[in-house]
Amino acid sequence: MAAHPGGLSTAAPAVRIGGLTRAYGERTVLDALDLEIAPGEFVALLGQSGSGKSTLLRALAGLDYEVAGTGSVEVPGKVSVVFQDSRLLPWGRVLDNVVLGLEGADAAARGRDALAEVGLAGRERAWPSELSGGEQQRVALARSLVRDPELLLADEPFGALDALTRIRMHALLRRLCDRHRPAVLLVTHDVDEAIVLADRVLVLDEGRVAAERTIDLESPRNSADPRFAEVRAHLLGALGVTGERDLD
Amino acid sequence: MDTQTTDAPAAVPPRTTPPRPVLRTVRARRRLGPGRRIRFGFLLGPLLLLTAWTLGSAAGLLDGRFLPAPWTILGTAGDLIASGRLQEHLLSSLRRAGLGLGLGIALGTVLALVSGLSRWGEAVVDGPVQIKRAIPALALMPLLILWLGIGEVMKVTTITLGVLVPIYIHTHNGLRGIDNRYAELAETLGLTHRTFVRRVVLPGALPGFLVGMRFAVTSAWLFLAVVEQINSTSGIGYMMELARTYGQTDVILVGLVIYGLLGLFSDGLVRYVQRRALAWRRTLED
Ligand SMILES: Nc1ncnc2c1ncn2[C@@H]1O[C@H](COP(=O)(O)OP(=O)(O)OP(=O)(O)O)[C@@H](O)[C@H]1O
Ligand SMILES: [Mg+2]
Repeated sequence: MAAHPGGLSTAAPAVRIGGLTRAYGERTVLDALDLEIAPGEFVALLGQSGSGKSTLLRALAGLDYEVAGTGSVEVPGKVSVVFQDSRLLPWGRVLDNVVLGLEGADAAARGRDALAEVGLAGRERAWPSELSGGEQQRVALARSLVRDPELLLADEPFGALDALTRIRMHALLRRLCDRHRPAVLLVTHDVDEAIVLADRVLVLDEGRVAAERTIDLESPRNSADPRFAEVRAHLLGALGVTGERDLD
Repeated sequence: MDTQTTDAPAAVPPRTTPPRPVLRTVRARRRLGPGRRIRFGFLLGPLLLLTAWTLGSAAGLLDGRFLPAPWTILGTAGDLIASGRLQEHLLSSLRRAGLGLGLGIALGTVLALVSGLSRWGEAVVDGPVQIKRAIPALALMPLLILWLGIGEVMKVTTITLGVLVPIYIHTHNGLRGIDNRYAELAETLGLTHRTFVRRVVLPGALPGFLVGMRFAVTSAWLFLAVVEQINSTSGIGYMMELARTYGQTDVILVGLVIYGLLGLFSDGLVRYVQRRALAWRRTLED
């Protein structure tokens, strides 16, 4: 595996996947996939639509009870998931959504802190339907982070947001991850998003990791940087997109 | 291109001021939703009816033997209250309806939870309730009378059974309608089964339950009216049945007005609760 920032490569991995195979009927989606993620490492997962990214994420989240498959999946005790939709309970106020299921007298205080961290202090009593899409997704982030996850799984968490909000969310997510240091597996369609955020980018194809790239650009990462462009070209090539065409 | 032909270069028209863009003042658009609530708007229709009735009686258009004037009804109601009979009958009716309604709500909710939360529960419970639903409630009465006699137990049971069905149907529907994605969320958050039921299932089923409540309240009054005309010795229905044998149209109307008021206000109460409890929902209602 690649060297990980902060000299974490010697520590036991946070995620260890061995020979993971998943099939829907005849169709093999994941094919003896191996993957390790170090504690605190931010991994982005790219791949064409239907390449099995969500399937892999759901396997890590333990949400694939009805899928046939073999292989071993080891994850830490505390795993949080951020979905593409914010998935807030519409009948719960913002703070209640954040602390849902938390025990202890300080739960509300921790929830408030988490909301302040995502810039939503003062909105504790709002209904989710009163928030914008970006704000709802920030509440979902707060709900994940208040649980101090050792592994954060996110399936296109910014897919439904506009470009400007997305950029803000990238900065926010990066900041939160630097502070809380969970291992992260982020599924995304957006190559630039992967390069901006991740320590390592994987490309999934035909049920295997087809390409892997450690991103050692210093932050803030600038898409105008020629090295950025080189990484992007490499990843787009691995995704089967030729360099001539200018892409989405 | 065609539009240019009028500007043909041959005939040069004297150029006046350039055409001004057509602007229009933006007015707020007409709302297609029903708009804001009217306070106490639900009283308007009944008041119109009452007015028509009063005018018709005053003008002598309505025969007092078939439809006594509103003031006759008021007078009769006053007499009945003065003698204490009205209160007595009303109390007796309210007790029956309240008991039946309470039991029906409790039973219907428990059955809906059992059948909504587990597949086995559904397999056991849902069939019998659907069968009960298919049998007209009144067709069940001969059997209930044979089993339970004609006393209070039969009366309350009939109301309970009538209330149970709508509560069950709508609560069960609400439970099954909860988005599976919330169950997934609950799993990833590691919620206990208890917390899941309390924080996700019950609030999610509440809208359905409250719809069931509106039907249930109506059913309660319906079945109350029916059972009270079977060998009762008290209750609004008994009072009306007695009045029929003496040809007292005004007393019958007092009874009808009371049934109407009870129905109207209990439904208003449920709707009030609905609005308060479902504040998170923005629907056409508001
Ligand atoms: N529940 C299911 N039943 C049958 N086939 C499924 C199911 N879920 C996914 N698949 C199939 O498995 C393959 C991988 O799906 P997956 O959702 O993991 O793709 P993905 O990489 O996340 O795609 P996208 O980028 O579009 O979200 C797809 O071909 C899909 O049709
Ligand atoms: Mg997907």
